[in-house]
Amino acid sequence: MSNGSHKGMQERLEQLAEALASGFSDIGCSVEQVCGEITLVVPREHLIAVATRLRDESQFGFEELIDVCGVDYGDYGNTEWQTDAAPDTGFGRGVEVIGQLEAMEENRFAAVYHLLSISNNTRLRLRVFVDTSAPIVASVVPIWESANWFEREAFDLYGILFDGHPDLRRILTDYGFIGHPFRKDFPLIGQVEMRYDPQLGRVVYEPVSIDPRTLVPRVIRDDNRYLAEDNETQDAGDA
Amino acid sequence: MPEIRNYTLNFGPQHPAAHGVLRLVLEMDGEVIERADPHIGLLHRATEKLAESKPYNQSIPYMDRLDYVSMMCNEHGYVRAIEKLLGIEAPVRAQYIRTMFDEITRILNHLMWLGTHALDVGAMTVFLYAFREREDLMDCYEAVSGARMHAAYYRPGGVYRDLPDRMPQYQANQWVTGRDVSSRNETRQGSLLDFIEDFTNRFPNLVDEYETLLTDNRIWKQRTVGIAVVSPERAMQLGFTGPMLRGSGVEWDLRKKQSYAAYDKVDFDIPVGKEGDCYDRYLVRIEELRQSNRIIKQCIEWLRNNPGPVVLDDYKVAVPSRGEMKDDMESLIHHFKLFTEGYCPPVGEAYAAVEAPKGEFGCYIVSDGANKPYRLKIRAPGFPHLAAMDEMVKGHMLADVVAVIGTMDVVFGEIDR
Repeated sequence: MSNGSHKGMQERLEQLAEALASGFSDIGCSVEQVCGEITLVVPREHLIAVATRLRDESQFGFEELIDVCGVDYGDYGNTEWQTDAAPDTGFGRGVEVIGQLEAMEENRFAAVYHLLSISNNTRLRLRVFVDTSAPIVASVVPIWESANWFEREAFDLYGILFDGHPDLRRILTDYGFIGHPFRKDFPLIGQVEMRYDPQLGRVVYEPVSIDPRTLVPRVIRDDNRYLAEDNETQDAGDA
Repeated sequence: MPEIRNYTLNFGPQHPAAHGVLRLVLEMDGEVIERADPHIGLLHRATEKLAESKPYNQSIPYMDRLDYVSMMCNEHGYVRAIEKLLGIEAPVRAQYIRTMFDEITRILNHLMWLGTHALDVGAMTVFLYAFREREDLMDCYEAVSGARMHAAYYRPGGVYRDLPDRMPQYQANQWVTGRDVSSRNETRQGSLLDFIEDFTNRFPNLVDEYETLLTDNRIWKQRTVGIAVVSPERAMQLGFTGPMLRGSGVEWDLRKKQSYAAYDKVDFDIPVGKEGDCYDRYLVRIEELRQSNRIIKQCIEWLRNNPGPVVLDDYKVAVPSRGEMKDDMESLIHHFKLFTEGYCPPVGEAYAAVEAPKGEFGCYIVSDGANKPYRLKIRAPGFPHLAAMDEMVKGHMLADVVAVIGTMDVVFGEIDR
């Protein structure tokens, strides 16, 4: 990256952050800056109003929706390094696979939107937390049509419901699939396995017979002193 | 009067023109399409979920398998997101190598697209021509990484190793002997850079060759001109990126607008279309072939004159060399830590995008400070393109569906993930 374009980019980011803070902070939005990117956390009841303004006002000009995805924060910050059960067949057994997901009363799921402004050459991320028990958020399909399949995907994988979506069907999983596979409490190995039964003459589904195994346990090392500029990013990330 | 009913046609998932496993449910009025409903997910492997279960570096090979005709560009997107999280930047030589291989990948991808698109629409020869050149480029992949397709060559902090000084040679066997072998090895006598340079000298004429077959071809034009017209406003609304967006006349290319690697140090042009139909998108991609060739030439020039490190010597993220590892206790420990545990980026999130041959390929990583990504979202360019299928084919004939699938350049490895 040359200095010239980098500087221009930085300036535009600052301008955008200011405009966002002055335009949306009165309805409870907060602006975060991490890794040179801006995130606007939007209360879910204001999503449509905020998104419409972001698209239509020329100071924002986000005419393109790049991506929508779900995030499950239910297991955030948990590690798997609990080896009290001494393993004798590799430490796959000593690993506690799933932490306490039930503890998360609210803000477990979030829908994350990535926006791109072609006219202003800026990017923005929106994060909307949804209710854990009834994960419903308004659909942005009327604002950006590209949200259609992305929202179907987030519904399929995380079970986030998009209110007002024209056709909220599963998209990536199989016909008749049960559950939302990207939730942190859905095992990596899946729930069912499928085989052809020669006696019945058809394919049958059975509970999985494989034990889940962790090859490399998940650990969190707070010691990031070797990495540059981590103090700032960490503060912003925690906020 | 008899009741007239629409006919529902199932297209795919096992159809040679479906470019993989696309199942299209088409509602037809005679031979005109009323509604198209693509069913995807037949190749879904949950790459993102798998990536959450392993350290950062172990997911790089998965990236090759997303868009399996533009392997290194996917790696680039992923590696850049990690670098952004870690706050590191690869050495400048690695940036040039990445730029060069991204462009080689672009040519690989566009040749694949050109061959299959033309084949679907009815031109057999282009396919054979395009695959002849792909062979040479895959040899470049092989020389640098050991694998013809799934390279796993880019690493956070640089690339796996420097460019080799010699190319692998063909060996004589029971079918190919003597003079044939030496003629095949003729361009492979020097280094990899010599081989690529020879290719870039030949390539513009080869593009002319493809163009003589298609650009003014009456049948080709009948099948592509005025088919699936997308206006610039609609293209943005539908989330188009890459050649699909540029074909509609929007001058948008991440390599220029949000420059990364060494793209701001090389000279190239962005072709844009006018009408936004299949023919314009074809012309845009053909011109991109020429521009990629131009970029590769400049990278070769630079790489010849500027030796240097190709990966950071920060052993907290990059592996120490084999030799050091044998002598130095600390390097051994670093090596052990990197392969048994990996590295832990700081808490945060990052989205990094590259201009992949098909459009914007982006990776969104959420890190909670662990050695594995907390959430990885892969933004595949083909996904919103295919989502626009219904709009693009509505009112066209059944045969045009094939032309539209071709012009979208869909690959199911990335759409289904």
